[in-house]
Amino acid sequence: MQSSIKPSRFSLAQRESLWAYTFITPWILGFLIFTVGPMLASLYFSFTEYDIVTSPKWIGLTNYINLFHDGLFWHSLGVTFKYAVISLPLGLIISYLIAVLLNQKIRGINFWRTVYFLPSVIAGVAVALLWGRIFDPKFGILNPFLAQFGIKGPGWLSDPQWAIPALVIMSLWSVGGNIIIYLAGLQGVPTDLYDAAKVDGATAWQRFRHVTLPMTTPVIFYNLILGLIGTFQYFTEVYVLTNGSGNPARATLFYNLYLYQNAFKYFHMGYASTMAWILFIIVLGITLLIFRSSDTWVYYEGQLRGR
Amino acid sequence: MTGLTRSPSRTVSSRRSFSGISGQSFLLKSITTIVLAAGAGVIMIPFLYLLSTSVKDRDQMRQSPPPLIPVAATTVEINGQNEPLYHVTIDGQISEMALIKNRPGGKGLFVDPSNPGQTHELLIADQTSLEHLEIHWENYPQALQKMKFNKLLINTLLVTFLGMAGMLFSCSLVAYGFSRFRAPWLNVMFILLLSTIMLPSQVRLLPTYVLFNKLGWVDTLLPLIIPQFFANAYDVFLLRQFFMTIPLELDDAAKIDGASPLQTLMYVILPQARPALVSVAIFHFLYAWNDFYEPLIYLHSPQHWTLAVGLQTFNALYAVNTNYIMAASAVMILPPIILYFLAQRIFTQGVVFTGVKG
Repeated sequence: MQSSIKPSRFSLAQRESLWAYTFITPWILGFLIFTVGPMLASLYFSFTEYDIVTSPKWIGLTNYINLFHDGLFWHSLGVTFKYAVISLPLGLIISYLIAVLLNQKIRGINFWRTVYFLPSVIAGVAVALLWGRIFDPKFGILNPFLAQFGIKGPGWLSDPQWAIPALVIMSLWSVGGNIIIYLAGLQGVPTDLYDAAKVDGATAWQRFRHVTLPMTTPVIFYNLILGLIGTFQYFTEVYVLTNGSGNPARATLFYNLYLYQNAFKYFHMGYASTMAWILFIIVLGITLLIFRSSDTWVYYEGQLRGR
Repeated sequence: MTGLTRSPSRTVSSRRSFSGISGQSFLLKSITTIVLAAGAGVIMIPFLYLLSTSVKDRDQMRQSPPPLIPVAATTVEINGQNEPLYHVTIDGQISEMALIKNRPGGKGLFVDPSNPGQTHELLIADQTSLEHLEIHWENYPQALQKMKFNKLLINTLLVTFLGMAGMLFSCSLVAYGFSRFRAPWLNVMFILLLSTIMLPSQVRLLPTYVLFNKLGWVDTLLPLIIPQFFANAYDVFLLRQFFMTIPLELDDAAKIDGASPLQTLMYVILPQARPALVSVAIFHFLYAWNDFYEPLIYLHSPQHWTLAVGLQTFNALYAVNTNYIMAASAVMILPPIILYFLAQRIFTQGVVFTGVKG
């Protein structure tokens, strides 16, 4: 090719590598500047006292020891876990069931899909403000609705007992993102498996239990992992609803909110970096546990067929 | 990782899940429709509440429980006072009367507006009050003016579209590099890239803030835009998955015609990958439009705020004016919703999402 006209110092393979690395250069630079560098820096900060204005002062393990004795650290960890334990399974199950319904061949299915995905495109501040009003005991609409069934609704966001359940309800409204991913997974289940099951006389439930469910475990796994990471990043809704305070009675002081307060309210950058690294280790630990367990419950078609 | 759901065999499968043409399947379909409709109702009610509250005035907001349709009590002027009108039943006859005074025991004094002299003392609970639709569209311009919407919108559009340009530019290059070339350690690089999806953003957030602070970029839009020019794992992954489905023969043809790899990307790959590019652009729009955390930490002065931060602050200042807050929120969610309806197919058919499978 061109090499016959202009002899090159590089072999074809070398040139191909050069092109590859040229094209991925933006990511490599970004990875170094915005991931590796900051990670190392925050690890260093975690051993220092640092308020941005004056330069970091090495204090060894002090931050880690203080963190261990910080009641609010444990409290915020507890709040986050409590929310995760309620919202993750509920969200995964409900969105899966809805996805199964939305995968049926029924009239107007595209209309229903449109409705169910709608809330997921408007996440953020506006949603939090809307739900804050809905939960209002006096002028909201949730408690009057419950009252029709003779249930006296709680104060929701103003009641330390009910603030977390309120946030869970709010999160269930926007499970559309999960549904989209489940739906993609459900549509990827090969038709011949259903046909074979039908030939064998399997009922609708048996087809669901022994074909659909195992074949979609990879997407359940994917949603579980991303949901877990998302929970530990949970911030916007609770910041907006409590003006960054984590009240009532710190019942909604999520880990990420407490980290934010330390970093950008008190400018304890060193301490906040310690919190960030502890969070990283916790998330990594749980993720590895789930990955480990995935051998027993996640089914990959490719493994069996040797693709 | 398998490719995208573009092969016909996969899309067909969705039709078959529970099917079979029998009475049992008809029953299943009916139940499915009923359950879906009930759930859809639950999903739509918050939207209705948002819209109706956004057009209520102060008095209408005091109604408890709040009606989902913005109504107000119909009144009539009697002796210089506005009194609420009721449908009143006297001796089986229904007539319109105004309630002019409350009496003990849940009773009230009613008068016929045409004959205010004669009063009737009746149980209020037995009568029905008259209501009419009352919509205060003026809440919208008032709310937008109070929150300085125009400035916020310009900032948000700058962040969203400049960031989008950077993302599309960098991610296309990187995805091309990962999908079309063989090179030592390239696989390792790709795994590294994917692993950053799982990294909690907090571990890099604070030093990044310190870095931008040193550069003097804090309280400018730059920290929200510039990093987009360095590619991100999600979009690179989705684009790469799509690029992999484009036949290599097209590249070879271009190569034979003397095209450089960069030209091949621009004139062969990118035109073929339009659906995927549109998808990642839309998801980037939604992300940037709704993003709150980074604008919150980087943008301090009001003239640099984005809509998300501006709306949150507006709420903190005008919390009692729920109607204004809801009007501003409605405006904020409108562009994503319009975009959603325009690009529905991308969402409902999961054109890009199937890349996650396996």
